[in-house]
Amino acid sequence: MDIAQFERKSEFEWLIKPTGRMRVPGVIFASEVLLREMDAKVAEQVTNVAMLPGIVEASFAMPDAHWGYGFPIGGVAAFDPDHGGVVSAGGVGFDISCGVRTLHTGLQLKDIEPVKMRLADALYHAIPAGLGSTGTIRLDAAKMDAMLRGGAHWAVEQGFGDAADLERIEEGGCMRGADPAQVSEQAKQRQRDEMGTLGSGNHYLEIQRVTEVYAEDIAAAFGVKPGDVVVSIHCGSRGLGHQIGTEFLRQMVISAPGYGIDLPDRELACAPIHSPLGQDYLGAMRAGINCALANRQILTHLTRQVFSQLLPQSRLPLLYDVSHNTCKLETHTVGGRPKQLFVHRKGATRAFGPGHPDLPSALRQAGQPVLIGGSMGTASYILAGTRESMQRAFGSACHGSGRAMSRHQALRSWNGRHVVDELAGRGILIRSPSSRGVAEEAPGAYKDVSAVVDSADRAGLACKVARLEPIICIKG
Amino acid sequence: MGSRSDLFPGRHGMTAERWEHFPHEADVGVRGEGATLEQAFEQAALALTAAITDPLVVIPRDMIRLSCEAPDDELLLVDWLNALVYEMATRSMLFSRFEVRLEGRRLDAKAWGEALDVGRHHPAVEVKGATYTALKVARHADGGWLAQCVVDV
Repeated sequence: MDIAQFERKSEFEWLIKPTGRMRVPGVIFASEVLLREMDAKVAEQVTNVAMLPGIVEASFAMPDAHWGYGFPIGGVAAFDPDHGGVVSAGGVGFDISCGVRTLHTGLQLKDIEPVKMRLADALYHAIPAGLGSTGTIRLDAAKMDAMLRGGAHWAVEQGFGDAADLERIEEGGCMRGADPAQVSEQAKQRQRDEMGTLGSGNHYLEIQRVTEVYAEDIAAAFGVKPGDVVVSIHCGSRGLGHQIGTEFLRQMVISAPGYGIDLPDRELACAPIHSPLGQDYLGAMRAGINCALANRQILTHLTRQVFSQLLPQSRLPLLYDVSHNTCKLETHTVGGRPKQLFVHRKGATRAFGPGHPDLPSALRQAGQPVLIGGSMGTASYILAGTRESMQRAFGSACHGSGRAMSRHQALRSWNGRHVVDELAGRGILIRSPSSRGVAEEAPGAYKDVSAVVDSADRAGLACKVARLEPIICIKG
Repeated sequence: MGSRSDLFPGRHGMTAERWEHFPHEADVGVRGEGATLEQAFEQAALALTAAITDPLVVIPRDMIRLSCEAPDDELLLVDWLNALVYEMATRSMLFSRFEVRLEGRRLDAKAWGEALDVGRHHPAVEVKGATYTALKVARHADGGWLAQCVVDV
C-alpha cells in the first residue's frame, strides 16, 4: 500500500492520525517492506475500527496483518465498558479461539527418522482432518453444556490428557463466564460429531524440530533446545464457533442502529458491552473459547496415543496453548492507571510479559510463550512476551505469516501433488485428504514468516526465542 | 476444476446465468449472476459449492428444502448461503442444483445433492460461513442481477 498516509513513529511503527469519525489513531507495526506489501484494505480496516465507540488508545495491526472481515486479520483493539465500549462478533471472527499449542516430545530427529513414515501415516489415521471428518466422541445435550462450561478442564475430566496440561493453557484451560444457554441449538448441532477434529483450510498438526535458539535463557525456561522435536497443533472451535459467529454477527448488524451505533462496515457489527446482546454474545463466545480449548486437548490426547505406540520412550508435556480470535477482559495500564478493558485480538496472539499474574509460575519470569505458525513447508517460531509488549498493543503480537496471495491465485500457481513431492524431497512429509487444499496452502502462497517475526521482535511486540522447521505435516 | 462456470448464452440482451469466484486475500469471493434475482442466488450457491469441490461431480440425487427471511436482499443472500453451509455441515452433504423462490424478503428453496464422498469429491476446504465482506446484491443496466460476498474458509 501507499505509505505516504502514515506518520513514521519508529522503524517498525506507523501511525494513521485520527481524522473524521476516528476516535483514536491507527497504528500498524511492520517493517517498511512488509507495510508496502500489505493490502491497502488493512489501513482502511484499521481506520474503521478506530471509529467504534469506547475504543481506547489506538486501533492496532500486527506485522502479519491482512484484509479480514471488518477488523483486519492481525487487528487488536481494546474497549472501555464504562465509556460506551463495544464487543464485536466481527472483531473476534468466525473461528472463535482458533489457536496453536506446542508439545514437547523429549525426542531428537534421530529418534524420529526410523519411524518417520509410519508416524506420519499413524497420525493421519488418528487425527480426523478435512471436510466431513468426524471424531469418535458424541456429545448429548448435558455433556455439550458441560464441555462448553469446562473447556480443557472438561476434556481432562473425560480422560483426555493430564491435569498438568491445564496451567499451560490461557485461562488455566477454562474460560470463565461461558454461558451455554446463549449457544443456539444449531451451533451445538454443528459440533455434535466434530469434537477432536482438526478442520480444514490452514489448520494442521505438525511434527517440528528446533533449528535455532535466539534467547537461550528464555528457551531454557520454556524447555526448548536446538535439535529437540516438538508437536504443534493449529485448530479452533470448529462448527460451533463458526455458527456462533454467523448468528451474532447478523443480530449485531440488525441491532446496531437501535444502539445508536453507525457502523462504518457491516462486518464491524458490535453491541455495547453493557447491553443484553453484548452480554449474550460474551457468554456464547466464551463457550466457543472453551470448545476450542477442549478440542485441542482431545487432539493432544490422540497425538500422545500415537507417540506412545510408535515411540514409547517419548513424553509429550504441553509447552503452551495460545488463542488467536478472542475478546477477553484484561487489566491494562492506561494513562498510568490500571483499567479493565475488553481486548479483541483477531488473528493476533496474547503476549503477556514477565511477571504477569496470569502466567503459570514456571513461566512467570520468562514471559508468555507466543507460538507463531508458519505455512506448511516453512518455519514456525516461538517468541515470548516482554515487559515492552505490554506497553505496545495491550500485550499482543502477530499470529502467523499471513497469506501473500488468494487461494484462487495459489490454485492457478501450484499443483497439490507437485507441492507434496517437492516437500518430500526436502524431507517434509505431508498427509492431507485434499490435493487442491494443499495447492491452496502452498508455502509460496504465504508471506515470509521470518520477516513477520523479525518485525514483531524489533517492534517490541515479543522477543524471538526459537525457530522450528517441519518434519511431518497433517493438513486439514 | 474451474473457478468460473461455462457461460450459458442468455436471452438476447439479458444477463446470462453464471457464477465465478473473485479473489480475497485469505478467503474466496462467490458471485452469481442471472436474469432474475432468484437465478443470481442459485448461481451464488453453485459458486459456494465450487469453493469446496467441482459442482459437476456432485450428483443432484437427494432434495432438501430451506427457507429464510431477512430485512434486505443483501442480508438475505448471506442468510441463504449460511443456511446451505449449515445443511452441508450437519447433513454431511454437498449440493449442485438449486431452485430459489423469492416473495418479498422471504426465500424458499430446494437444493439437490448427495452425501459427501471424500474419495470422489476431494473437498478442498470447509466453508465456515458467508460474510458481509464485498457483499453486494445489485441490478445490471440490462435488468439482470448480481449477488456476491466473501465466504470464510
